[in-house]
Amino acid sequence: MADFATIVFTAAGLFFFVAGTVGLIRFPDVFSRLHALTKADNLGLGFVALGVAFQAETWVQIARLALIWALALLAAGAVAQLVARAALGRRGLS
Amino acid sequence: MNLAIDLALCALILGIAVAVVAGRGVFRAIVFFIVYGLLVAVGWVRLGAVDVALAEAAIGAGLTGVLLLAAHGRLMRAGAGSDISGPPIWAAALSGAALAGLLAWAWFALPLPERPGPELAAAMPRAGVGNPVTAVLLNFRAWDTLLESIILLAALIGLWMLTHDAHWRAPLGLRQHANPEGVMAGFGRVLPPVGLLVGIWLVWTGADNPGGAFQGGTVLAAVGLVAAMAGLFRPPRIGARGWHLALVAGPAVFLLAGLAGALLAGGFLTLPEAAAKPMILGIEIALAVSIAVTLALLVLGPPEPEKTP
Repeated sequence: MADFATIVFTAAGLFFFVAGTVGLIRFPDVFSRLHALTKADNLGLGFVALGVAFQAETWVQIARLALIWALALLAAGAVAQLVARAALGRRGLS
Repeated sequence: MNLAIDLALCALILGIAVAVVAGRGVFRAIVFFIVYGLLVAVGWVRLGAVDVALAEAAIGAGLTGVLLLAAHGRLMRAGAGSDISGPPIWAAALSGAALAGLLAWAWFALPLPERPGPELAAAMPRAGVGNPVTAVLLNFRAWDTLLESIILLAALIGLWMLTHDAHWRAPLGLRQHANPEGVMAGFGRVLPPVGLLVGIWLVWTGADNPGGAFQGGTVLAAVGLVAAMAGLFRPPRIGARGWHLALVAGPAVFLLAGLAGALLAGGFLTLPEAAAKPMILGIEIALAVSIAVTLALLVLGPPEPEKTP
């Protein structure tokens, strides 16, 4: 049962990662690519962490997975903002 | 199933390695190098070497990647960043491939190592710590780790020698210009508490679990760098006394422990069994502080104040 849940959620996470990668390759400019990448980070990593959490044995491990996801969200959000601002600056619109 | 994952990982590592070397553009090569470091870290985990994986991800991929990006930025600012295009160098590629083939043959020809070896397993109860990697690094082969910590210091001094004479008294690195109300400043306020906890925990748990001074020290260096880039504290000058103390604390404590071992246990860096665990912890804490400060100052770079118009 836990294995089935792991497979389902990890597959969902992989789907979002693939979608994000396709967006990174196919979108025309920096801002839409950032949009695609941050979706992959939030939802993809969240689903993968959720899937792996079903294999955890103690609450400490689940808490660590949640902390990893929260820190990755924080870092990805900050970096996306900074990259977008740098791209705006380079375009001379800022 | 495991074999499929391992084969896919090997194929990815080889592919990314080719992309690093054969791609166009230095920036692209650096980005692929960072990805390569992370994949090799996953490879280390698959081999069961979690300490090495942590060090590879933190120092090999993270810190070296940032150093390379900073070097690339410096080259661009000096006007020397254009990519040299030319025909591929077949002699170098062939000799590199031949070397890789020889190493692969040597790997398959040697017997598989037993882990941990019988002598290490017999000596572990006297080591003072539960993690065999930490026992080897800081007790049985502490000499190598002592030299590593001094080498980091030498690298930092070598970097400082790149400073222009006129800039010797300026603060380290470029002038940080984060918006005090902006995203970077907010990030620099939220991350350090969590990062400090993670870094200190990595150092503390290195005694019995994967972790250790290098891994924890790198996390602490990253936290310091984020805080410096967010403008929350000003980078020091080269001559600052307190920072000098932090830089040499690690090697100094290590040397003192070695001398204490020479007096009490009959050999330089031979830790007496009864005091092994407290001495190892003391060395690890001092090393972590030194490594954190050294790596952070390495990434900040030599003083580069802006030219006054």
